[in-house]
Amino acid sequence: MLSRLHIRLESLIVLVVLSAGMALLSPVFLSVNNLFNIILATATFGVLAIGATFVISSAGLDLSLGSVLGLSSVVGAALVVTLEWPWYFAILGSLIAGTLAGAVNGFIVTRGMVPAFIVTLGMLGIARGLALIISGGRGIYGLPNEILFLGQARPLGVPTPVFILALVAIISHYILAHTRFGHHTLALGDNEAAAKATGIDINRQRMLLYMLSGLMAGIAGLIFTARVNTGDPTAGLNYELLAITAAIIGGTNLFGGRGSILGTMIGALIMGVLQNGLNLLAVQAYYQQMAIGMVLIAAVWLDQVRDRKRS
Amino acid sequence: MALLSLKGLKKSFGSIEVLRGIDLEINPSEVVGLVGDNGAGKSTLMKSITGVYSLDEGRIGFQNQDVTTLPPGERRARGIEMIYQDLALAPQQDIANNIFLGREPTKRLWGFLPGFVDKEKIDAEALKMIDRLGARIPSIHVPVGRLSGGQQQTVAIARALTFDPKLVIMDEPTAALAVREVEGVLKLIEQMRDAGIAVILISHRLNDIFAACQRIVVLRRGSVIADLQREATDMNEVVSYIVGAHG
Repeated sequence: MLSRLHIRLESLIVLVVLSAGMALLSPVFLSVNNLFNIILATATFGVLAIGATFVISSAGLDLSLGSVLGLSSVVGAALVVTLEWPWYFAILGSLIAGTLAGAVNGFIVTRGMVPAFIVTLGMLGIARGLALIISGGRGIYGLPNEILFLGQARPLGVPTPVFILALVAIISHYILAHTRFGHHTLALGDNEAAAKATGIDINRQRMLLYMLSGLMAGIAGLIFTARVNTGDPTAGLNYELLAITAAIIGGTNLFGGRGSILGTMIGALIMGVLQNGLNLLAVQAYYQQMAIGMVLIAAVWLDQVRDRKRS
Repeated sequence: MALLSLKGLKKSFGSIEVLRGIDLEINPSEVVGLVGDNGAGKSTLMKSITGVYSLDEGRIGFQNQDVTTLPPGERRARGIEMIYQDLALAPQQDIANNIFLGREPTKRLWGFLPGFVDKEKIDAEALKMIDRLGARIPSIHVPVGRLSGGQQQTVAIARALTFDPKLVIMDEPTAALAVREVEGVLKLIEQMRDAGIAVILISHRLNDIFAACQRIVVLRRGSVIADLQREATDMNEVVSYIVGAHG
């Protein structure tokens, strides 16, 4: 069952054990409100982690996710608040800004033959700088209610971002696990020469993957804007760390060829529980950064050990 | 009438001229051995035929149509298959998915969601093909990377044969195999010929070439220097062409 759903047992166990530990250490942890807090916080970088999963399982990398989130947040808010365009331009603006940034990444990776690491590291700086320029370095406050609904409402008692994450995750799972696009993504990450030889248009595939990753950053940016009622140029700072870590501990192979959206969702929940638990235990944010970094390295390390054993 | 006709193929990598005007015709049901020393241009020539490399000059005709500028996927669709020396398999994907890589059949999920890869069909067809080849493989759900060299070769051949190819190019298919497995591959080549498929066999093992091919083409420094019928030649002559000692 788990393997049919492309979930690794280990990551589920980690999630359960971590949650049990947090529940023992903090009585508040299991309260309904706190659980909502966890998935609400998870929703933003969870969507980013889906983008990371697509790109990494194709043996690519997108370090610009967090910055593109910030750019999307600012673009969407600027259109509606500063330019006073109708509310839905916040949605269109965020999604298009994200997708365009991804398209630039994809274009340079495929046409310019510049390594994805460098291109997206450059975009990390460019998108953040652009977000600060557009906003003049200040948050853009005061979005219309239609947008706030996407971040702050609770239809059926569940926060809207959770619905958005669930919808995006289900569609993405379907794409990665069950469509030709998904099969070709994994094949490209597994053996680029094989993918090319079997007639897969690998440049087109890569281009679409980076655009998809950018789109995810755009969706995450929109959620962020709606949650805090602000187009925030510093939104998503260091989120690429969370997103990539969630994807890797969810079972995505850092070197490509294997990846699962449902696994990534487990990974994102692990990161969410970890952050939330450390907050409840009043651990300083500085230490949390360290903890997340260590989890990333440990996850890849364990993966390497396991692969070496296998071969 | 020739199935494949190559006219004046030229290809350089930087200042190195790897193909210097290749002319060659291959007929249906013909098994042609392509031999030559390392660097003679065999692999470049084959990758030009499949479309992985684009040519500097020349024309490739396949079934009387110009395919010179078509991408690899389009040429595969027309019936040109290649089995690569490095096998071109995706090691973490399972056997069935590898066989259908790049050509996954799709259906509508619940009758309306498009583009859903028909995994059941892939598995069933893959199993049929593996059985037809008489291969022993634990399960078609095993990642290809865990199979032996011979088993991987079988998967690569199964992939080439699943879509009714007209021409199959095999690059050193026996190089990594045990003796018993080599015989299996040679038998498969015979089966392909009987089914009307033309085969180009690249190999350093002249024994295999003489066992499988009626016609032997020798490449040297990017040119065809000999085009021999098996009955009219012998290993010594072929070797002397390969090393450039002939005549």
